[in-house]
Amino acid sequence: MIDDFARLSVSSLSRHYGRRKALSRVTFTCDAGDIVGLLGPNGAGKSTLLAILGTLLAPSEGTVEYGTVTAEKGGAGLRARIGMLGHDLFLYPELTAFENLVFFGRMYGLRDAPARATAALDRAGLGERAHDHVSGYSRGMRQRVALERALLHGPRLLLLDEPFTGLDQASAAALVARLREEQARGVLIVLATHDLDVVDGLLTRELFLRNGRLMSVGTGEGPLRDRYHAAIMAS
Amino acid sequence: MKDFFRVAWLVVRKDLMVEARSLEVVSTTLFFALTVVLVFAFGLVREGTPVGDVSAAILWIATAFSGTLALGRTFERERQADTLRALMLAPADRPAIYAGKLAGMLLLMALVEMVLVPLVGLLFQAPILGHPVHLAALLLAGTTGFAAVGTLFAAMLVRARSRDVMLPILLYPITVPVMIAGVRGTAALFQGTPDEALARFWIALLVFFDVVFVTLALWTFEPVMTE
Repeated sequence: MIDDFARLSVSSLSRHYGRRKALSRVTFTCDAGDIVGLLGPNGAGKSTLLAILGTLLAPSEGTVEYGTVTAEKGGAGLRARIGMLGHDLFLYPELTAFENLVFFGRMYGLRDAPARATAALDRAGLGERAHDHVSGYSRGMRQRVALERALLHGPRLLLLDEPFTGLDQASAAALVARLREEQARGVLIVLATHDLDVVDGLLTRELFLRNGRLMSVGTGEGPLRDRYHAAIMAS
Repeated sequence: MKDFFRVAWLVVRKDLMVEARSLEVVSTTLFFALTVVLVFAFGLVREGTPVGDVSAAILWIATAFSGTLALGRTFERERQADTLRALMLAPADRPAIYAGKLAGMLLLMALVEMVLVPLVGLLFQAPILGHPVHLAALLLAGTTGFAAVGTLFAAMLVRARSRDVMLPILLYPITVPVMIAGVRGTAALFQGTPDEALARFWIALLVFFDVVFVTLALWTFEPVMTE
């Protein structure tokens, strides 16, 4: 098991697919308690960056350091400190919400996986439907289960890919509130989103990406939509 | 090592639970395998007697084709909600995830073979009960080699758009030695005068292939999945 970390340092990170550059020399750092937004149009490299941060993809060049360790050195111990919510939610529709959480809890080596799963589903307001198959859930309910799955093992780094997609206003507000709770606990959150209005005021730092390049870094001053247009559209 | 088997078992158990709920892979694979055998039976059996010594080849063709279908469907399920990535994110030995998927595939293919073998015996008058231990060993070793390579390639191709086309193109050339050994070994048991020594030789060769394929797959699974 590796030591906990409080800083994520990304240095000159590039990822190529053949001759196509999905990411090109991206550099930034963030600390525990930060909520970092990856903002940019489709194909900007947001999901590729999340996959590299989640150790699912090796970079072509550059390094990612989680505290003082790299993904290569950190291995399974590092992955135990990372939680990820993908755009496709990472849930088995044939299993119940409870079975999904218990399965992934056990994959993370949690001895008390059933108790944690029950508590997580209660927190998500799905306690009464814990034993329903996920295939019967609405998108919003599945999103809530998926978030609990990503948080079940108490990660230090939480990676979210389009977490607000398909959520109504109330569900989006609940998710924002949940992210603020995790932020207060010192979780480092990196999220990719197109929902600028929802995350305006939530992010402590914005990374504006286009064509795999980091165009600019914002620090939360002024309306987000204006800054997005200034960084992405005007450049 | 204990953790390796724990994770592999978790993956197998999850796969079995999902399959028990949907029966999607078992039903399509079994239906396809039965169709293959029946089509060959209509073409190669005249008045209840098979034309030539074809039963061994048909058994392995049905196994390989239905196995390819099962591999595709099993990993399509992992692709739909991107759950293979969720498995890769877990702080477990990534080769253990491969081992679990492989074990699940083997159980599924064994189930199909339990139906296929009696059917081939019945339709092609193959002496399947003559040397049951040798036949079981051939099927186990041959299926392991086929599934070892197939599971690695199916996992590798899970995010590729042309995965359905690419899987057989990659899989069949590499598993040709396994298929040849399986067919020749089974034919040695099904011929007029069974040749146990020859069957044992092919079983030994299949075990050798299994060791090579499983070792290479365990070794390459993590880099292949993260590159």
